[in-house]
Amino acid sequence: MLENYFPVLMFIAVGLAVGGSLLAVGRLVAPHRPDPRKNSPYECGFEAFEDARMKFDVRYYLVAILFILFDLEIAFLFPWAVVLPDIGFFGYAAMMIFLAILVVGFVYEWKKGALEWE
Amino acid sequence: MDALIAPVRDLLGPAWLPVWTLVKIVALVVPLIIGVAYLTFWERKVIGWMQVRIGPNRVGPWGLLQPFADTAKLMFKEIVVPTGANRYLFFIAPMLAIGPAVAAWAVVPLTDTLVIADINAGLLYIIAMTSMGVYGIILAGWASNSKYAFLGALRSAAQIVSYELAMGFALVAVLMCANSLNLREIVAGQEGGAAHWYVWPLLPMFVVYIVSGIAETNRHPFDLAEGESEIVAGFHVEYSGVAFAVFFLAEYMSMILIAVLASVLFLGGWLSPFPQLNDLAIGGFAPLGDGLLWLGVKMAFVLLIFLWVRATFPRYRYDQVMRLGWKVFIPLTLVWIGFIGTMMQTRFAPMFH
Repeated sequence: MLENYFPVLMFIAVGLAVGGSLLAVGRLVAPHRPDPRKNSPYECGFEAFEDARMKFDVRYYLVAILFILFDLEIAFLFPWAVVLPDIGFFGYAAMMIFLAILVVGFVYEWKKGALEWE
Repeated sequence: MDALIAPVRDLLGPAWLPVWTLVKIVALVVPLIIGVAYLTFWERKVIGWMQVRIGPNRVGPWGLLQPFADTAKLMFKEIVVPTGANRYLFFIAPMLAIGPAVAAWAVVPLTDTLVIADINAGLLYIIAMTSMGVYGIILAGWASNSKYAFLGALRSAAQIVSYELAMGFALVAVLMCANSLNLREIVAGQEGGAAHWYVWPLLPMFVVYIVSGIAETNRHPFDLAEGESEIVAGFHVEYSGVAFAVFFLAEYMSMILIAVLASVLFLGGWLSPFPQLNDLAIGGFAPLGDGLLWLGVKMAFVLLIFLWVRATFPRYRYDQVMRLGWKVFIPLTLVWIGFIGTMMQTRFAPMFH
């Protein structure tokens, strides 16, 4: 059972190695001539006048929270969908009630304007 | 074949399994990277034709060596690291972008027997891996310490997680029909010709999946994260040379992954649309039967949609992108899951299996 996952582990390592080796090749063969002008962050020709890690819109944060909620629902739906024929009408009804509660929350956030990006 | 392998296996002993697995992985990843190279070439050609241009035709016959010329050029360009950047994260970010895009291929079955890791939780693993890709983008934007990169990363991350929900719900609909997370079994459930593919009962989900795929890979018309007119190149504005090429590679690798998943989940994978073609054999081998050929044709079809959409539509505005994801796709997928679930309780259930 677990030995099936060994190639997966190796594949992840190979995936990271592809990126790593390409970057290493770049470091080896590409020229490296740093210059204060060249290395300054790009800002349409202006000097960068403050730190770029600035405050950002709270709505990105809101999207992240909503994403976690809905992603959790999807995680619940996965095993349910796999055993759907075995659990019959009871399983179906239970999940529909669960989804109905989810939809109530979804309608609420919609009406509250959490999904608006004017 | 076996006679060739056996002496090497005896020679290597316990080291055989990792070595053989590595050989198989390289045998899959190298064609994939060449595929990415030619996808960029094909994209430029197709868009050229759609705009009544010729497209690249100078390097090699019909311009066929163009991708290699591009690679060589990027390889010999300097990698500029901005002064304010976090040097470690700056280089880890491209690796985190490409790593998951490659690693997801571990569980993708190319034919009935041609799969590197035939695990039960295949689809779950793919979702986990594709979700990891967003870390590369966020880290790239943050580590660059540039305003454009920062804004691009935020936009891109919010967009990717939004469309991941729609995509996840679309996959749940497939699972309700297939009742298995193993990709090989999902294809096996679509046996019996084109009429049995999941694309028919799940047609709206297929559309949602393709559009979400375009949005997830930050492709036109959803490429807000790199809209030239507003934030230059978005999260990879500070990346140059081969570090930029790695992001490019990751994007196209994800595109091919979306295409292969769409083929496997909705279009019957390696199955031929007409099962009769399996009987059309020459010396025990059916060239048009189930096999790699059909998977390739289906992937090419999905990839052509990607390119066609890019050549056709103008770019969306950011609020329109978020509205489409949250207010159209998520309600649509929820309704369709309820619909399929309800139909499965009725006598129409066999239509959905």
